[in-house]
Amino acid sequence: MIAIIDYGMGNLRSVERALTHVGAAEVRVTDDPTVIEAADRVVFPGQGAVRDCMSALHRYELVDVLGRVMRDRPFLGICMGMQALMSRSEENDGVQALGYFDGTVRHFRHLTGGDPQLKIPHMGWNRLEQTRPHPLFAGIEPGTRFYFVHSYYVEPADASIIQGRSDYGAPFAAAIGADNVFATQFHPEKSQAPGLRLLENFLAWDGEPCS
Amino acid sequence: MGVARRIIPCLDINAGRVVKGVQFVDIRDAGDPVEIARRYDRAGADELTFLDITASHEQRDTLVHTVEAVASEVFIPLTVGGGIRSVADVRRMLNAGADKVSINTAAIHDPDLVSEAAARFGSQCIVVAVDAKRRGGTDDDPRWEVFTHGGRHPTGLDAIDWAQRMAEAGAGELLVTSMDRDGTRTGFDNALNRAISEQAGVPLIASGGVGNLQHLVDGVIEGRADAVLAASIFHFGEYTIAEAKICMAEAGIEVR
Repeated sequence: MIAIIDYGMGNLRSVERALTHVGAAEVRVTDDPTVIEAADRVVFPGQGAVRDCMSALHRYELVDVLGRVMRDRPFLGICMGMQALMSRSEENDGVQALGYFDGTVRHFRHLTGGDPQLKIPHMGWNRLEQTRPHPLFAGIEPGTRFYFVHSYYVEPADASIIQGRSDYGAPFAAAIGADNVFATQFHPEKSQAPGLRLLENFLAWDGEPCS
Repeated sequence: MGVARRIIPCLDINAGRVVKGVQFVDIRDAGDPVEIARRYDRAGADELTFLDITASHEQRDTLVHTVEAVASEVFIPLTVGGGIRSVADVRRMLNAGADKVSINTAAIHDPDLVSEAAARFGSQCIVVAVDAKRRGGTDDDPRWEVFTHGGRHPTGLDAIDWAQRMAEAGAGELLVTSMDRDGTRTGFDNALNRAISEQAGVPLIASGGVGNLQHLVDGVIEGRADAVLAASIFHFGEYTIAEAKICMAEAGIEVR
């Protein structure tokens, strides 16, 4: 069973439908820690801003169970579900996030330098440079475009967790991962065939970083 | 290197059916939103917009089912507009599977709706549609006014100011339609789009007036649009999405 964590942030049905489409047998959209704990795989989606995300996770009392399942089973963060894995966000003078990875979530103006051609949110299909091989990239051509929509980006302290980069004014971390945890800034569930392939790879993934 | 300019076919939906017909070769049902969405997805459309033109309130519920059916089969971003009047309407469409909801008239009657919806669901899913007509100014310094009801009702609002205000209120994207150009096939109002694009800071979808592929190119280069929306040139099979992308790429525009 795959648990999609529901904490009231964004369009979770798309993720559910996409996983079902690529062959997931049982998908549960849930805010129940018991169900999340019982899942073989966990997807942590989300949209919006980290501050709202963190307060929702606390309100739904999901922080503890997230910490547990991130340690021992295939785990996929999507968009804000990636940002929330970092230690902090600079938003609103600093918000503590989950701290699974050391690093900061920053506003895009740091990257675009106020260039009026580079609109914020960064919205649309951008190229993903695969910085290292990963089972979730199997069958996906380097440089393939994925669909992004976000105003903040992740700056990890340890660049070795960066699995993929995109460029918007400057390169930024578009996919990160270590051990059994993988996370994308883009939306695989909205990225047509390549996105579906990544989700299919996630279903087949044993949680080891490299095959 | 950067984000690709998007091509967005727009489908008018009435009581759950695509109206004005979509004429693909060998399509089984020219009014079936799911089949048409699937075709456009396969053809390389970057996103789809459904505009609900259903007149009766009762039939609006069918749109929810349409969105659900499409979102179960097509995995590209889906924007739904038309008749969105409340935060509850926004929520209903997002739950049905829309990625973005376009708010038009309701934003004018209740500007707080945009900020409330953006605070609740995030700016990334709130599109504000601005229907504008050239009104006054000079050729060197034109002015545009916001209209509602398909260009029939003037609002007294300056389109550039209004667009900026909506971006500040939390709109993550602006869908700008020139009511002067809509249906004319003479190209976008690029001066209008450029003025808003340079002012508002959020992505802009240009709409209204596309008659050929060069108009799409002009929309991006002259109008500074981040995405171009068109209906009839694609629906009637005059051009394919692939041809549009080749034409844009040849003009130096990044496409997917």
